[in-house]
Amino acid sequence: MTTVTMTVNGKNVSADVAPNTLLVDFIRNNLRLTGTHVGCDTSQCGACTVHVDGDSIKSCTMLAVQAEGADVTTIEGLAANGDLHPMQASFKENHGLQCGFCTPGMIMSAVDLVKRHPNPSEETIRSELEGNICRCTGYHNIVKSVKAASEKMGG
Amino acid sequence: MYSFDYERPSGVNDAAASLGEDDKVLAGGQTLLPTLKLRLAQAGKLVDLSGIDELKGISSNGSELSIGAMTRHVDVADSAEVRSAIPALADLASHIGDAQVRNRGTIGGSVANNDPAADYPSALVALGATVHTNKRSISAEDFFVDLFETALEEDEIITKISFPVPESAAYAKFPNPASRYALVGVFVAKTSGGVRVAVTGAGPCVFRQSDMEAALSSDFSSSAISGISTDASGLNSDIHASAEYRANLVSVMAGRAVDAAS
Repeated sequence: MTTVTMTVNGKNVSADVAPNTLLVDFIRNNLRLTGTHVGCDTSQCGACTVHVDGDSIKSCTMLAVQAEGADVTTIEGLAANGDLHPMQASFKENHGLQCGFCTPGMIMSAVDLVKRHPNPSEETIRSELEGNICRCTGYHNIVKSVKAASEKMGG
Repeated sequence: MYSFDYERPSGVNDAAASLGEDDKVLAGGQTLLPTLKLRLAQAGKLVDLSGIDELKGISSNGSELSIGAMTRHVDVADSAEVRSAIPALADLASHIGDAQVRNRGTIGGSVANNDPAADYPSALVALGATVHTNKRSISAEDFFVDLFETALEEDEIITKISFPVPESAAYAKFPNPASRYALVGVFVAKTSGGVRVAVTGAGPCVFRQSDMEAALSSDFSSSAISGISTDASGLNSDIHASAEYRANLVSVMAGRAVDAAS
């Protein structure tokens, strides 16, 4: 077992984990933050996307021990004081979800893409969301949600 | 995943010294971790290079661009120095995998893995890059040996890759629509020593297309190579594309790369 310490959604957390513990399993099982989903578990679907030191990553393809000392944000950490993050609000307003399974990963990727591309074109949004799969195929409204949110986020 | 031990040393020599026969080097982990999860590989210990600062960073002196082994794809894609010295390399990095993979995956990890469909090997071979390790310097052509095989020894770790700055260069790839790996990718570089054309995705390992190089060295235009075909024997044939289809793609992608570099 290895002791791992990191900041998750602003809180300092520490636990003893086996080195082969995935970051997503640490988040879901140790911290009980189950908003981060495991879809394919093979680094393709992006449902497990979280931010590590501000960058979107697939938490099924990172070990918990690799996040030692890191600042991690999950979908639960986006809303502030009970107010939805503009990206969350935009997905709600624009019907950017159908079954909702891919939504946490979509939103975490979308927040990172708007940070890197403040006023993204539809083409940019679609190419930057390559790493997230919606099995309901609800992409059209997802793209619409991200575009609307980017305008509110000061893009 | 099978269980393994984990170490994160702070120096290259410490990392090399702690590598045992059954151990594996962990860079960005975007190939190694999925491979371990599928139990296609097993490691006694993972030696994580992320704590070694000397392996990160990009520098340029005008004639040579140097990229540390642990530099992520996103950092290469966004680097003002890379965009200025070899924009084709930044472009290549910006189309590897997806955004999340580019935020973790590294140039050293990609090069050491030598996946036959990876993008970077074509850039290294076409640009005449040098792979620097904790032990020696290896030319890219000597480095990439065969399918998933490189010249690296068991306890040898890539420290940086250096690229001579070409007169012009471009990369064109036909990506697998699901994985974004290159079904075929062609990197064309016009250098002071002539034109070099390197092909990835088509064969078991990156290779140079010498007929195209000769034609382009006398006339750097896509029309100069329009009649040159690539022998399909020995090329990859799988559910994604036949060898003949890949051979044709080599010509198409090479033409596009030349047009983009002209």
